[in-house]
Amino acid sequence: MDLKTLTYITVGGSFLLYIGIAIWARARTTGEFYVAGKGVHPVANGMATAADWMSAASFISMAGLIAFKGYDASVYLMGWTGGYVLLAMLLAPYLRKFGKFTVPEFIGERYYSQAARIVAVICLIVASITYVIGQMKGVGVAFSRFLEVDFTHGVLIGMAIVFFYAVLGGMKGITYTQIAQYVVLIFAYTIPAIFISLQLTGNPIPQLGLSSSMADHSMYMMDKLNLVITDLGFEKYTEMKGTSLNLVLLTLSLMIGTAGLPHVIIRFFTVPKVADARISTFWALVFIAILYTTAPAVGSMARLNLTTTIQTGEVGQPTANLMYEQRPSWFKNWEKTGLLKFEDKNGDGRIQYYNDKNKDFAAKAAGWGWKGNEMTTIDNDIMVLANPEIASLPNWVIALVAAGGLAAALSTAAGLLLAISSSISHDLLKGVFKPDISEKHELLAGRFAMAGAIIISGYLGMHPPGFAAQVVALAFGLAASSIFPALMLGIFYKKMNNTGAVVGMLTGLSVTLVYIFIYKGWFFIPGSNNLPNDAANWWMGIQPESFGAVGALLNFIVAFVVAKLTTPPPDHIQHLVEDIRVPKGAGAATSH
Amino acid sequence: MSNNASEYWKANLRLVSILLVIWFVCSYLFGIILVDTLNKIHIGGVGLGFWFAQQGSIYTFLILIFVYAKMMTKIDRKFDVHED
Repeated sequence: MDLKTLTYITVGGSFLLYIGIAIWARARTTGEFYVAGKGVHPVANGMATAADWMSAASFISMAGLIAFKGYDASVYLMGWTGGYVLLAMLLAPYLRKFGKFTVPEFIGERYYSQAARIVAVICLIVASITYVIGQMKGVGVAFSRFLEVDFTHGVLIGMAIVFFYAVLGGMKGITYTQIAQYVVLIFAYTIPAIFISLQLTGNPIPQLGLSSSMADHSMYMMDKLNLVITDLGFEKYTEMKGTSLNLVLLTLSLMIGTAGLPHVIIRFFTVPKVADARISTFWALVFIAILYTTAPAVGSMARLNLTTTIQTGEVGQPTANLMYEQRPSWFKNWEKTGLLKFEDKNGDGRIQYYNDKNKDFAAKAAGWGWKGNEMTTIDNDIMVLANPEIASLPNWVIALVAAGGLAAALSTAAGLLLAISSSISHDLLKGVFKPDISEKHELLAGRFAMAGAIIISGYLGMHPPGFAAQVVALAFGLAASSIFPALMLGIFYKKMNNTGAVVGMLTGLSVTLVYIFIYKGWFFIPGSNNLPNDAANWWMGIQPESFGAVGALLNFIVAFVVAKLTTPPPDHIQHLVEDIRVPKGAGAATSH
Repeated sequence: MSNNASEYWKANLRLVSILLVIWFVCSYLFGIILVDTLNKIHIGGVGLGFWFAQQGSIYTFLILIFVYAKMMTKIDRKFDVHED
């Protein structure tokens, strides 16, 4: 069977599975929509959380960034897992004890203020929309490849499917569907990794393959990779290319962003007990770690395979560069999407892929008649999807990866869109502006909000301000700078008052947003940036992706100072804080 | 806050502080700040600093959360603030 048919069958089959489970599970859990986690074992809940959490950024994009950035991309690995430590120890158990369903509800009540609630909604929407832009990029990459259309059409098709998927709505809340999505996603990620690790190192466990020798025992895999790419003028894979400051700040911003993102926190609102909230975070991280510890192997091995496919022998030998006419089929397929481009600069019919920005090496290369890097575009986000093809794995593995990538992107996009629509229709419209709105109108407003969010994020996803994982990193920076400090102070600092929290959130969000817009373009519109986005122009050399940590720090300081200068919170709020600090007496989560 | 509850809160903060120090050390310190120094030690084909950044920190996070959940259950019982 050819690859295209097989991909259609696999992707279609996995969608039918999710919908089937949704219908089956819905019939058994009518009326328990909000408490999907109730009565579900913490292991199952952890698995569902992992599916909810791991998006196109984790599945499609991250290993590609690792492949091309090497060591520097470690920040994504540490940042997106280390946040769970903060979540487990600083937020989850207390928010569970509090027993409400949404983050703005907690903030509104803890800070006894509608203004605080509205500000929380705004922060949530800004972070979530940015997050969805990243997903749209990922969905666009996946669809453009497997429908063999260009990237823009891939995004358009993705937008339509995400809308359909999100409007189905309830499906998302059902734990069993997410468990199925997790299973598809994790098999799709690990099976090719196992095959490739076996091919290259002879070790079937990718986590161990990373530090193993090559299968022929000539040298370590990592040494081989370093050798192959430095031979072409690229920087050493294992060495730091950025600054320690940026790496530390980005890691911090991803970690506290994780603990501040509403669609993750919400999973721990609804477990039966406070103790379950703690152990559920553990299980969620177990299932996330399976993918995250595999990713470094996927990234490094993909880079090695890609490079040796194009540079088949000793660098400088005229016959050691792949003939363009003999390029493999994955190369042709990705060329159709426009995400992989070749230009025969020296007209020799062969592909020269090297670092022409490295002056010494470029000079050397000119001596061989090379006239510049001919792989003019290699979008990092194609690496995970192209990886099994580059390694010549069987077609069913390639089809499975497409299904897994779509499962990851769609489940998270749909979840975020639901969070956006419910915060507009429920927290803003019903909660603040129009309390007497009918349920029907509330739902309708939610649908409109969702459609609007898809159009905005789809448009911006076509000209994204970075690779999927980088856009998502911006979203985490925004969540980190706005929501996390307000939540943490609300629990750990009894005297934190409404004015402090509101001013803190607004400061953190606006400072971070402005910093990002200055370099990435206002509202991410391409070309509207004030300063070029490079290290020479960054304030203190801090890249926009890392700035969330600075925003969060400012939020903490401003909130603290303002709270000191204004009236402390009333007694009943201080008692509320004392109450959420102890597990005893946690009832089931209640609706408003 | 009653005496018991404030003792419980102190015990909780003590545990969390210890665990967060380890959290910081295994990621920021070993994985980023001291990465070059640690890379002089090798595990298999990769430097120890590189290994912490891409593997070791994640395993440590898992252990930390597990220990936290288990210890907190004990502390809950000791101060009699546990559920059910």
